[in-house]
Amino acid sequence: MWRWLHPYAKPEVVYRLLGRWLPWVSIGAAAVLATGLVWGLAFAPADYQQGDSYRIIFVHVPTAMFSMSLYIAMAVAAFVGRVWQLKMADWALAAIAPIGIVFTFISLFTGAVWGKPMWGTWWEWDARLTSQLILFFLYIGVLALYHAFSDNRTGAKAAGILAMVGVINIPIIRYSVDWWNSLHQGATLTVFERPPMANSMLIPLLTCMLGFALLAGALVMQRMRNEILRQELRRPWVKMELQQGEQA
Amino acid sequence: MQFESWQAFIEMGGYGFYVWLAFGVSFLALALVVVQGLRARSKLEQEFVKEQQRQLRLARRKQEVS
Repeated sequence: MWRWLHPYAKPEVVYRLLGRWLPWVSIGAAAVLATGLVWGLAFAPADYQQGDSYRIIFVHVPTAMFSMSLYIAMAVAAFVGRVWQLKMADWALAAIAPIGIVFTFISLFTGAVWGKPMWGTWWEWDARLTSQLILFFLYIGVLALYHAFSDNRTGAKAAGILAMVGVINIPIIRYSVDWWNSLHQGATLTVFERPPMANSMLIPLLTCMLGFALLAGALVMQRMRNEILRQELRRPWVKMELQQGEQA
Repeated sequence: MQFESWQAFIEMGGYGFYVWLAFGVSFLALALVVVQGLRARSKLEQEFVKEQQRQLRLARRKQEVS
């Protein structure tokens, strides 16, 4: 397995591979997301309790979910970077953190805008909302630490440790609605049970989730390519890569 | 289509402000992060060109001296 994986530890190989995949993932993300959102906004039926305000779910739930998945991915990358001293795993921190910030921000903002008409308040210091806000600050902390040192490896190390420690927040977010009395409703989707949601709403929601997953993938790939380029700017392979690009 | 007219679609059963605010800001945030990624990329390319020119100048100066 290691022999098979070995070429993938080379920055130029990963850079080219990401470059080859990026357009397809981007097109896929745009197509699936557009389908899911139009479906959710215009074709899914209104909720019998919440009316049309529930349509915020099509952005809120996918972004909230992937804000947590991205964090776990980032922490795993940090772990791999520390244990196996894989520099590209360290670089993945810088690629994932900005996307995590945006996804967490969107989930918080859409949650607030949904909360106002439904709960009567934009914000409540409730377990789910507060732990998600902490996730937002954790992402910002990781990104800030990463870029805070003139030596890249020191920054990656510090950011990686914060990322790993911060993982404790993920189960807290996940189970906050079960552990504490929360204004926030329980999970809509669980892995093992049939969701208590009509297919006419569930299918566009799942479409949006796939769309946001692809979008997160495309954005992380874009950032990863940038970070590889930034780290390797003085290497000969970059010269070949960029000058070919200019001629083409 | 759940809505009878464009007007009804915009109004969202009275929740139009909230729904479109949520979707609008989300879209804006995503657009910003895409644009920022693209700009970072072009900045790196400029930096690369600058570095190449610097190398070239250094090489020339070395030739002049010797």
